[in-house]
Amino acid sequence: MSIPTETLSEAYRLMKTIREFEERVNAEIMNGQIPGFTHLYTGQEANAVGVCAHLDESDTIISTHRGHGHCIAKGAEVAGMMKELFGSSEGLCKGKGGSMHVADIDRGILGANGIVAGGPPISVGSALAAKIRKNGKVAVSFSGDGSVNQGTCFEAMNMAVVLEAPAVFVIENNYYSEHTNISYAVGCDDLKARTEAFGFPVFVADGADFFAVYEAAGKAIEHARAGNGPAGVFAEQGRYHGHFVGDPQHYRGEGELDDLRENHDCLKNFRARMAETGELDAATLDAIDAEVMAEIEQAVTEAKAAARPTAEQVTEDVYINYGAGA
Amino acid sequence: MAQKTMRDAINEALHQAMEQDESVFVIGEDVAGCNGSAGDVGAVGGVFGVTTGIYHRWPDRCIDTPISESAIVGAAAGAALVGMRPVAEIMFADFIGVCMDQIVNQMAKFRYMFGGKSRCPAVIRFSAGGGFSAAGQHSQAMYQIMTSFPGLKVVVPSNAYDAKGLMLSAIADDDPVLFFEPKILYQEACEVPDEHYTIPFGEAAFVREGDDVTVVAFGQMVPKAAAAIDELAEEGISCDLIDPRTTSPLDEGAILESVEATGRLVVVDEAPPRCGLTADIAGLAADKAFASLKGPVKQVCAPHSPTPFAPELEAAYLPDGDKIKAAIKATLS
Repeated sequence: MSIPTETLSEAYRLMKTIREFEERVNAEIMNGQIPGFTHLYTGQEANAVGVCAHLDESDTIISTHRGHGHCIAKGAEVAGMMKELFGSSEGLCKGKGGSMHVADIDRGILGANGIVAGGPPISVGSALAAKIRKNGKVAVSFSGDGSVNQGTCFEAMNMAVVLEAPAVFVIENNYYSEHTNISYAVGCDDLKARTEAFGFPVFVADGADFFAVYEAAGKAIEHARAGNGPAGVFAEQGRYHGHFVGDPQHYRGEGELDDLRENHDCLKNFRARMAETGELDAATLDAIDAEVMAEIEQAVTEAKAAARPTAEQVTEDVYINYGAGA
Repeated sequence: MAQKTMRDAINEALHQAMEQDESVFVIGEDVAGCNGSAGDVGAVGGVFGVTTGIYHRWPDRCIDTPISESAIVGAAAGAALVGMRPVAEIMFADFIGVCMDQIVNQMAKFRYMFGGKSRCPAVIRFSAGGGFSAAGQHSQAMYQIMTSFPGLKVVVPSNAYDAKGLMLSAIADDDPVLFFEPKILYQEACEVPDEHYTIPFGEAAFVREGDDVTVVAFGQMVPKAAAAIDELAEEGISCDLIDPRTTSPLDEGAILESVEATGRLVVVDEAPPRCGLTADIAGLAADKAFASLKGPVKQVCAPHSPTPFAPELEAAYLPDGDKIKAAIKATLS
């Protein structure tokens, strides 16, 4: 599989952007600069980037409570996201949504989502619209290993098959539903088989390997885009942080996090692959790193200086038009 | 007497109920925690720590579930229908949106639909309410909606002492009980006896006693209203502060008796105004104490809007002491 050099450098840039965005968000939460409940995607960057590399702006994604990475991979503006997390009225959602509800409809980002498995049914709707309009678009829902035990997830998967909707279900297995391991929470031994039993193909990838995710997602998205109905991607990769920022992570085994960071790192893997193939040299990747660091620094600077919302904005945007009572 | 937080008081109630009755069990997401992992099962005890230590004493009666709210509530309802006394945890009250059918179409209606021949002594616990910048899907009160469904009992404690006694009543109750724990109050402490005690449902607490205005407040608004009333006392305004403690059944008698004495009423809740508790209590007064009223009833509540994320917006959204004081004064002007 040959991937254009521009695609490779953009993929690396996005993965690095997500990594540095999340690490900086973690630091700013510790500094007391970011309020609310925040769930970091660090470690899983290749999932979002490997999938979204196959999407254009008018394909849609819907995300989860751990949504920053999906939004960045789908093209959300980093400074606008950072402002949102800081609660600024200049944020992507005017400070109304915060970390769990980042959205950018114009870029096909139907929102992070605070409800586990809230997204898959909505994504089926977007896929159905594409089918009705015959525009060749696909709708991707990202959800975690916890989501697969919700009724909404089952219902969405079955209905996508029934409606032959171009829906792609990306299940990111980070092994933990909050504090409970998948070996406990999923009752069968073979989640891939359970999912395929709904009636669509599922492609499995190592979520620490951009190239594996890119290949698996490419097959799934091609399947859906070609009018063959839904498809699935299973990307397996642990998260480097807790369920939320501040999680004491009692469920981790000794050395588990060190092993994840040491041996399951999409950025290291990507660089190793490039060193092997020579498609992008180290200096190019270093330059991207520097640009990303500057972009994140700039985003934080802008977020800290951005306008704060005012009390009268509380009741704005509840409706488009509420008649005389508005 | 020992000072205990609301979290610890509810935890103590759960322990005492489980000591007394083998049919009591807890079920929910991470009520033990770490199942299937390399960590110690039981190390979590619920994301807010309310079920801490239960797994270690009763591993068979502290049941972690997948993230499956409909199945959690349904399993609690089903176990209760055959004689158990489950205490299920739904992590955030907002997730009622996921499991509403099992609550309102199933457990709430069993007894009535089955001609009085069943009982469903289940308790469903929820963390509820705003104050954490947790935005639209993790900040709602929800109890005002659930109060409207016949067949459910609805509890909203405002302090650790009440929370323990109300929880022990809830578990002993033969009807389904929804127990909403204002999560902003989990760390708030007061004196809580070590021994087992119960607080009956439908019996309001008079948190303050006064002559000029009746204030009715719910959940996290009770301490805010108490502080506001204490400040107004320095200006010579004295208020009754009534905490109904259970919104269903509601202690109508206590509210009406107070309104008849003061002739003035302010109702405070953190939920939006439409079809909520402030309108409900205002309607009660208009219907049954109209002749006693000396002025308009004032409602202090959130606006008709989802809960915003930014701290400034949430502070403007939630009722606070200034809004409560202004409403009290408005009834006197």
